[in-house]
Amino acid sequence: MTRLQPQPGEVIDRDRPIRFRWVGRDHQGYAGDTIASALAAAGVRVFGRSMKYHRPRGLLSADFHDPNCMVTVDGEPNVRGAHRLVRAGMDVRPQDTWPSLRFDVKAANQLVGRFLGPGFYYKTFMRPARLWPAYEAVLGRFSHGGHAPSEPAPERYDHRYVHPDVLVAGGGPAGMAAAAAAAGAGVSVLLVEEEQELGGHLRWGGPDDLAALRDLRAAMAAGSVEVLTDSVVTGRYDGNWVSVLQRAGAGGATGTVRERMVKARAKHLVVAAGLIERPYVVGGNDLPGVMLSTAVRRLVNLYAVRPGDRAVVLSANASGAAAADDLSRVGVDVVRVLDARAGEDITRIRGRSGVQAVECSDGTVVECDLVVTAVGWTAPLTLLTLAGGRATYRADAARFVATGLPDDVSAAGGLVGDGTLEQLIEHGRAVGRDAARRAMRVASVLAAGVPGAAVPAVHDGHVDVPALQPAPHPELFLGATDGIVDYSEDVSAKDLRAAVREGYDSIELAKRYTTATMGPAQGKLEAVNSIAAVAAATGADLAATGTTTGRPPYVPVSLGALAGRSHSLLRRSPVQGWHDAHGAVPLYAGAWIRPDHYGDPVAEVRAVREAVGLIDVTPLGKFDLRGADVPSLLELLYVNRWRKLDVGSVRYGVMCAEDGVVLDDGVTGRLGPEHYLMTTTSSGADAAHDWMERWLQTQRRDLQVHVTPVTANYASINVAGPRSRELLARLTSLDLSASAFGYMRVRTGRVADVEDCVVWRIGFTGELSFEVHVPAGYGLHVWEALLDAGADVGVRPFGVEAQRILRLEKGHLIVGQDTDGLTQAYGAGLGWAVKADKPDFAGKPELAWQLMREDYLHLVGLQPVDGTAVPPEASQIVEDGTRIVGRITSSRMSPTLGRSVCLAMVAPHLTAAGTTVTVRLPGGGSLQARVMPQHAHVDPEGVKLRA
Amino acid sequence: MLIPCPLCGPRDALEFRFVDETVRRPEPQSASPEQWRSYLYLRANRAGAVTELWLHRSGCRQYVVVERDSLTNTVTAARLARKEAVS
Repeated sequence: MTRLQPQPGEVIDRDRPIRFRWVGRDHQGYAGDTIASALAAAGVRVFGRSMKYHRPRGLLSADFHDPNCMVTVDGEPNVRGAHRLVRAGMDVRPQDTWPSLRFDVKAANQLVGRFLGPGFYYKTFMRPARLWPAYEAVLGRFSHGGHAPSEPAPERYDHRYVHPDVLVAGGGPAGMAAAAAAAGAGVSVLLVEEEQELGGHLRWGGPDDLAALRDLRAAMAAGSVEVLTDSVVTGRYDGNWVSVLQRAGAGGATGTVRERMVKARAKHLVVAAGLIERPYVVGGNDLPGVMLSTAVRRLVNLYAVRPGDRAVVLSANASGAAAADDLSRVGVDVVRVLDARAGEDITRIRGRSGVQAVECSDGTVVECDLVVTAVGWTAPLTLLTLAGGRATYRADAARFVATGLPDDVSAAGGLVGDGTLEQLIEHGRAVGRDAARRAMRVASVLAAGVPGAAVPAVHDGHVDVPALQPAPHPELFLGATDGIVDYSEDVSAKDLRAAVREGYDSIELAKRYTTATMGPAQGKLEAVNSIAAVAAATGADLAATGTTTGRPPYVPVSLGALAGRSHSLLRRSPVQGWHDAHGAVPLYAGAWIRPDHYGDPVAEVRAVREAVGLIDVTPLGKFDLRGADVPSLLELLYVNRWRKLDVGSVRYGVMCAEDGVVLDDGVTGRLGPEHYLMTTTSSGADAAHDWMERWLQTQRRDLQVHVTPVTANYASINVAGPRSRELLARLTSLDLSASAFGYMRVRTGRVADVEDCVVWRIGFTGELSFEVHVPAGYGLHVWEALLDAGADVGVRPFGVEAQRILRLEKGHLIVGQDTDGLTQAYGAGLGWAVKADKPDFAGKPELAWQLMREDYLHLVGLQPVDGTAVPPEASQIVEDGTRIVGRITSSRMSPTLGRSVCLAMVAPHLTAAGTTVTVRLPGGGSLQARVMPQHAHVDPEGVKLRA
Repeated sequence: MLIPCPLCGPRDALEFRFVDETVRRPEPQSASPEQWRSYLYLRANRAGAVTELWLHRSGCRQYVVVERDSLTNTVTAARLARKEAVS
């Protein structure tokens, strides 16, 4: 192949040569060239090797869907070489070649091809199962496609949300006409085109086509249509939620963003996807030099590439004739045109690394290096069937058409039927006007649902959409000899016949067994031929054989595009900046970033046990509850009793779900007669809020309660340790003495000159401690004031790790750590909180039934006999060597006791104090541990807490 | 799927959290284990007309009773749960 003289419709810029590399050697193309067109112009005929037999492959359709020229570009695998434009300096490599494109070791597979029938891998590598890892290592080399890069993608990806009135998929003549007409009717329009330029088949057409294209483009430029080129509609979902993949096109329309997922909520969708030309299944049909007529027309007219020297054309339609004309015009010797409508046929194509000759049905053999087929069209109906349309086979036109579209989807142009260019454009215009009318009707319905919105007037005018019928076309799928049906999966007509013979006689089964249409091209070119091959083998016709189910995405979508921009929605307490500046090691807990520790968690524990420490507990869920019926709500939410909680008291509450499983826990204080502050676990705050509102909105609508989430309104600081009273007293006028401010009491007042702080006396750590909830804006101020005021009493900040050690020493459980999704209240040792005589609370019946059972695990305190050993959390507790009878839920080395301490879930017969259990360690081995009389390892009597 | 929130208008289903089919909570004092566990676990999962509870979590945070066709995702009605007749 070589570059031709300038062509009227060519898209290359001969003033802008571009140098790039192919298989390590320098090549030159022009701006506007695809990788494939530039290489074809340089004489490259083989672009890759086929998946199974490693046969050489050349251009087939010369567009995005070409299965034969997937390449790796600068490390990016599986790039569509006939679509991606050349860029200066790009490094392009073929795929599926080892060790080289010219000499391929695996081409030996061709010789053993008769053993590589469908299901070969399933049948051969099944047994023995223990050898699978070895098989896998070898087969991995034979897997096709490029190799995923190991480095993170340097480019950015993004999402965009749009709400067009009308979205048009396909920018050929009908799509452009539809978009312009809809925009002319006054609605917003988004036009999506797969290729780098609008125009569809007009781009590679003759002078009349090019003239019409100029007019349509001018209309588009003048109007208000937003055009996305090099973009594909990848799916259509309920309510016309349409996903569009926008690539970094020729003009860099997406800027520095590599790919953008555009999510469109369209009021109406027009699908104008045109037609895809089908290959002909005949022996040798995958040799380099066998091309579709549209591929030839693209190469000649768009890229001025001479596709061969001596051509044979098999034609059943106008596209074949046009390709023959194009070839003759540029000086290719068209040695024979076989008219398929008159019964002429190709019976086999001969060649080794490329076409050498064709055998014709009249027995002649014609030498040539190019075979052009124009044997029929496939309508890409995926978007229509995704919308609920049905694919119906029209034998007279040899293609499927869609029927039964919903009101908010319509089809235009070649997808619907054939006609002159004028008829296609007129059809598109009418569909566009009708789409605008329907979109306005949807807008009106939507607006009517928005309280207070103005409802636009609806135009009830009717639009006559002219009928467009598929033109008669002979059914030409399978030739006289077996050829390749699916190029990307290397599946032949013979393979499909074998699959049917083995019993896979429905199209859905044969597809999965042979993997026909399951490769990267996803059957765009091959689906109908595979249906025809199954139909031929079963003796049914195509209509009875039916189609496979099309599913999104229509084209491959990169993971980056799906992920979009990286949003870090991290919640930070107002004190987090201080933590960062003071060496805090971050802990990412749910949505929050928190200090895990400040370098020495053991020293932090000692400070709390011996002097005083501060921990930032801002992530605690906090809810302001007001109203006369708050106690009634609390009685329902918690297993505890709340009616007698007086003003100034706090209580620890246990929340269970309706199945009795522990959902959350926390402290709630009564600040005033009808005013409470509830706290929940940090991770459970959102769920608890939903749960509260669910009771109020769906079950107990009579309750007068207002719930306000105030988690972020307060910074929460726990001041813990024997000297916490002494420290806090320096900053507040509140009387903190044991007699005036007892355990589980709450006061509101001023702390470090900040009004409206809520202070309650609780003890998660097991020490005397005060939790101070400060209006968030003053959180940092109070934190620093406490540290400044306490320098002489040895105050130091402590993090989540120290808190976890402290609470484990005290035997306080953490919901979700020491309980799981099956732990009901009694199993967690929380039975003391359950007030079974209350008339109702969430989970009440299940907890009553749990009391009657003895078959559940119990949470116990546990100490390894060897106090230096810390069994990892989640270690199993076993009996008789293998039977699992429990697990370690929490374990740490206790700095206070100088030995390891645990909480564990154990079977009921192991709960007695002093029972020795066996803990199986993850690395093998085991240790003995003793069940303790209570959860608390330190200060079980609670003397420190109540000091 | 668009859900016509009675307060916010038609909004994408992504803004909502599906909660449950609408099920009646048995009387906790007298429910048998069969009745209570049916309430906890057994759902009709009908193909066709269904009545469900959704939460407009990223919107007005109201619980909404949604009637839809589970085959077509056509929503025929959406009402505030708090305005429903008490069952």
